[in-house]
Amino acid sequence: MKPFTKMTGVVATMDRANVDTDQIIPKQFLKRIERTGFGKFLFFDWRYLDNHDLNPKFELNRPEFSGASILVTRRNFGCGSSREHAVWALTDYGFQVILAPTFADIFFNNCFNNGALPIALSEDEIETIFQKVEQNEGYQLTIDLEKQEISGDGGLSFSFEVDPFRRHCLLNGLDKISLTLEQEEKILAYEKAHDPSL
Amino acid sequence: MNISPDGESHSTISKPKEDASQTTECSQPKTMCQKIWENHVVHAPEGEQTLLYIDLHLIHEVTSPQAFEGLRLAGRTVRRPDKTIATPDHNVPTTDRSLPIIDQIAKQQIETLRQNCKEFGVRIFDLDDIRQGIVHIIGPELGLTLPGMTIVCGDSHTATHGAFGSIAFGIGTSEVEHVLATQTLPQFYPKTFELGIEGELSPGVTAKDLVLYLIGQIGTAGGTGYIFEYTGSVIRSLSMEERMTVCNMSIEAGARAGLIAPDQVTYDYIRGREFAPENFDEAVAQWKKLPTDVGATYDRSEKFFAEDIAPQITWGTNPGQVVDVNAKIPSPGDYSDEVDQKSAAQSLEYMGLSAGSSWQEVEVDRVFIGSCTNARIEDLRAAAAVVKGYKISSNVQAMVVPGSGQVKKEAEEEGLDNIFQEAGLEWREPGCSMCLAMNPDKLEAGERCASTSNRNFEGRQGRGGRTHLVSPATAAAAAISGHFVDVREWNYK
Ligand code: SF4
Repeated sequence: MKPFTKMTGVVATMDRANVDTDQIIPKQFLKRIERTGFGKFLFFDWRYLDNHDLNPKFELNRPEFSGASILVTRRNFGCGSSREHAVWALTDYGFQVILAPTFADIFFNNCFNNGALPIALSEDEIETIFQKVEQNEGYQLTIDLEKQEISGDGGLSFSFEVDPFRRHCLLNGLDKISLTLEQEEKILAYEKAHDPSL
Repeated sequence: MNISPDGESHSTISKPKEDASQTTECSQPKTMCQKIWENHVVHAPEGEQTLLYIDLHLIHEVTSPQAFEGLRLAGRTVRRPDKTIATPDHNVPTTDRSLPIIDQIAKQQIETLRQNCKEFGVRIFDLDDIRQGIVHIIGPELGLTLPGMTIVCGDSHTATHGAFGSIAFGIGTSEVEHVLATQTLPQFYPKTFELGIEGELSPGVTAKDLVLYLIGQIGTAGGTGYIFEYTGSVIRSLSMEERMTVCNMSIEAGARAGLIAPDQVTYDYIRGREFAPENFDEAVAQWKKLPTDVGATYDRSEKFFAEDIAPQITWGTNPGQVVDVNAKIPSPGDYSDEVDQKSAAQSLEYMGLSAGSSWQEVEVDRVFIGSCTNARIEDLRAAAAVVKGYKISSNVQAMVVPGSGQVKKEAEEEGLDNIFQEAGLEWREPGCSMCLAMNPDKLEAGERCASTSNRNFEGRQGRGGRTHLVSPATAAAAAISGHFVDVREWNYK
């Protein structure tokens, strides 16, 4: 996994609550057996019209959001299915950071396992960012995971917290399976203690 | 301090984890969740996630291919193929199984599962095996799901298995790979939330109505960061299948898992099943130690009363947007919070409903009886009892998709297939089918469906499709009437 330390990027806003993973990546794209190439299907049902043209009414299709790498949205983002394809679609599209008041649990975990950073801010802080983006075309934020700080033009500065272990893994791009395999002796001891036939 | 997805900091949650790393001789009362957790701690380093041992890993064709590919690339093996069980369910056609699968990509995914199982030595219940079915239906049915276990699957409805008193939760594909490689998973200790339901459900009010009601009360994110434990006289009176329906939908309130304490109902259900423990009485003696001790505290507790619960119907595009069958369709103005108002307006528009209308006015085009929530034998019996002696409305297309090969066989032995077919409902092969519409079973844009599944998200059953979540009896009654009705007033023939 690629380490995540600090990034600056254009912010796209999506003024919707309870965005579920069925919307993020509709099921017809779950039949692929690779991890890559999901970006073009991100928010498929909202993003494209029936004739497959871009839907001009969908927020992310606003020209000023092109190349955005930070997504700001409302509460309970990523609810629903456990499909990691949702995170693969977001990262493949170019999003590295997602800001929302709250996230659904499995989605939240899945992000960290793919080097993406979900950050929970207060409703007020999210609202402030929404306003900044509306008032300033191409508004950018800088996300500093080391310092746990978000900053942007106009004196915007928020701090956030990520649990230390997840932060450590993300900062160093650690492979969790390798970390766990370092505990082989403990796993074996557990298995022996619980299954005497081994 | 841990930061959970709800953004709150919970300095208290690390506590039980620290306790868990020590020996468990203290006589403090414990919750069931805590006991199961402690029994599975492999390694609990200070300030980090606890490494939990996983007893049962269920896999299916959609969320596993990338995990196996990851193993292959890293030169890893499946650590415990004997604790891993696979079945294809999400993508499988529910029509004649002797015909080749038309959808080439779906076919490739199912074949990939087959090959991966072969290569890594994992047992698979394939399409030609009567034990094939929706992964959350076959686990319990085969006696694989047992009290006290930790169970994971790359599917959010894994919570179903919690009905047996096991910590069972859905995981992403990276975690599937992690469990395949190590048989463990790093996890934070969850908060616990007791939902106590007292009283008695009225006739015609089912486990599905109960859980929809609870989600409506708590909200779709109300359980985020928690493991639910359902308690109270109502839960004790439910059959195992009904308990599974309740636990199944825990995720729809944001909780990753939902637990119910095992009791005699649980033991009687498990006894004699194919993979049930051989020394059964010994196992029961262990299971009896699991229920939450008197005096143990949960992080949160709420009480609900069965008498308040009527048959439920969702009107919106998340399972928390639900009302009684006798209530009017709500209006955005009924909500005080601005975000909820906006969501309600978006949902009503998508669903093509007008605020203030009654359910009797809402006509349905399709009826789907199936899914891991409601495709077990008792669900099919309940639906069959409603349609028996009737014909479905001429405007309605309806199908019944049993949850597994065994459910299908049992239903056919009881003649339920004939009752459905005589009433004009289609009788299908087992699978997820129109619950998520990955196979050809799907809604057309604008079609309205009474569905016994668990998600009414936009497009879930087909792009532009409109899903109303209901119980099997309510779905069956809608098929006959052509619109929603209060099934408590049904004239059974
Ligand atoms: S029936 Fe539906 S919810 Fe259940 S496992 Fe299948 S797709 Fe998921």
